[in-house]
Amino acid sequence: MIEIIKSGLYSTIQDLGRFGYENYGVPISGSMDQLSSVLSNKLLGNNDNDAVMEITMTGPILKFLEETKICITGADISPSINDNSIDINRVYQINKGDVLKFGKLKYGLRSYLSVSGGFLAGKIMNSRSMHSSITKSNKIINGENLKIKKLKNIITKRTIIKVNYLEHFKNNIIEVFKGPEFDKLTTKQKQVLLNKTFTISNNNDRMAYQLKESFKNQLDPIITSLVMQGTVQLTKSGKIIILMRDSQTCGGYPRILQLSKKSINKLSQKHMGNRIKFKLIDL
Amino acid sequence: MKLKSYNLKYKRFGESSILVEWPSIIHESILENILLFKSEIENKYLNNNIYLKNSYNSLLITYEENINPKSKISELKNIYIKIGSTQKKDFNKWEIPVCYDIELGHDLNYLEKSLSIKKEEIVSLHSSKDYRVYNIGFLPGFLYLGGLDKKIHHPRKEKPVLNVPKGAVGIGGSQTGIYPNNSPGGWYIIGNSPINLFNINKTSPCFIKPGDKVKFSPISLKEHELIKIQVESNIYKPVKTQIND
Repeated sequence: MIEIIKSGLYSTIQDLGRFGYENYGVPISGSMDQLSSVLSNKLLGNNDNDAVMEITMTGPILKFLEETKICITGADISPSINDNSIDINRVYQINKGDVLKFGKLKYGLRSYLSVSGGFLAGKIMNSRSMHSSITKSNKIINGENLKIKKLKNIITKRTIIKVNYLEHFKNNIIEVFKGPEFDKLTTKQKQVLLNKTFTISNNNDRMAYQLKESFKNQLDPIITSLVMQGTVQLTKSGKIIILMRDSQTCGGYPRILQLSKKSINKLSQKHMGNRIKFKLIDL
Repeated sequence: MKLKSYNLKYKRFGESSILVEWPSIIHESILENILLFKSEIENKYLNNNIYLKNSYNSLLITYEENINPKSKISELKNIYIKIGSTQKKDFNKWEIPVCYDIELGHDLNYLEKSLSIKKEEIVSLHSSKDYRVYNIGFLPGFLYLGGLDKKIHHPRKEKPVLNVPKGAVGIGGSQTGIYPNNSPGGWYIIGNSPINLFNINKTSPCFIKPGDKVKFSPISLKEHELIKIQVESNIYKPVKTQIND
């Protein structure tokens, strides 16, 4: 068990997503930056899909009520155990009573805490990912206890991986494919879309990232159609919205671009004020 | 029986998905054609991990791995050619109890004035039609229904209400629907249904499927309460008939 002394800004339990229920209107969810969450599990010898804690910008304070092993990847939010700072991308043994805290955000936005065997948050529809429409809460709550696997029941096959993926956080090129309505844009619009630098607005969360700049738009809404994680929508008023992991399953705005899987992960580490550029990769 | 064959557009959508598009009109025969194609693909890929979802005039096929779009598209085209010879799918028609009492249909008085149609007439227009389920989305278990009588079309509220209760039956533009859970929403609320449209504990969380039909049957406040108790104790069974048109 892990006791949540303080939940942090937005800490949520996520695996790689809830698949196969989209046609019932169930969002897929899953960890935002799956490159980092999978890495966190791999370093610990877990399965890729084991549930991890996604920590956003301001970390929680967690007290371990049993021994385990942990690993933290993704954004560097200056983690410490019993007030001794620890490295990210490294495995640590945790003893009963140890307290994990976070400090200043150095880079990125979302950090991934894995524990041996994964978090055992309730499995609903084949996934432990939290989402407000499916699970009791969409994030962890002060004072609650989180179940984890008993360390002695775990046989790990840990592989040592050398990790250096700073490029993932620093680079601002977002790779895209054409969306279903891309060809309805004018040549001028396409040029602006693919050459301009855009800024992430304060409207950004697990559901969608809205960009600050407005974009001249003459496209009408479409009949409610299908969207995916990473679909870029253009609203009637010219706002660009990039759908993220908790996205609805369908929508009525023209879909002008589609992010590559890699770029959804990359964008998940960006926050308000960060600048991005789209780069078409299906020429 | 010979099926109408549509001129479909196949588009690559990201690394692992193909979007198939039908003409952009809302029509029951298009929906039936989409669902037929969908179940044919499901049969073909029975044990493989592919994910399918449909809307009014499109079908999205998502594969687990990255794909070669050209070869997948030709594979899909070959499946589509064959559906002409397949039987039509069977669908169900569901009777959904709705209490149109003003206590639960808060916006009926407003709509009466705004539409210049008597409340009783609004209820009778709303509950006399069969609605086709085109899609489930927006919220888990939210049904996109087609077929609302033109006389009771009404634009959405300018400002969404934060707390629309579970089961609320609303009108928004040319659409009508039931809120499967408490949520914000901008539709005018004319009643409430006590049944559960979405159950997280079932392998099939919605008993209603795209292609099915829905008819609203008016009930009193008392019956609403009673059915709610039956639903909570898991003994309520919604009434259905098979459609085979």
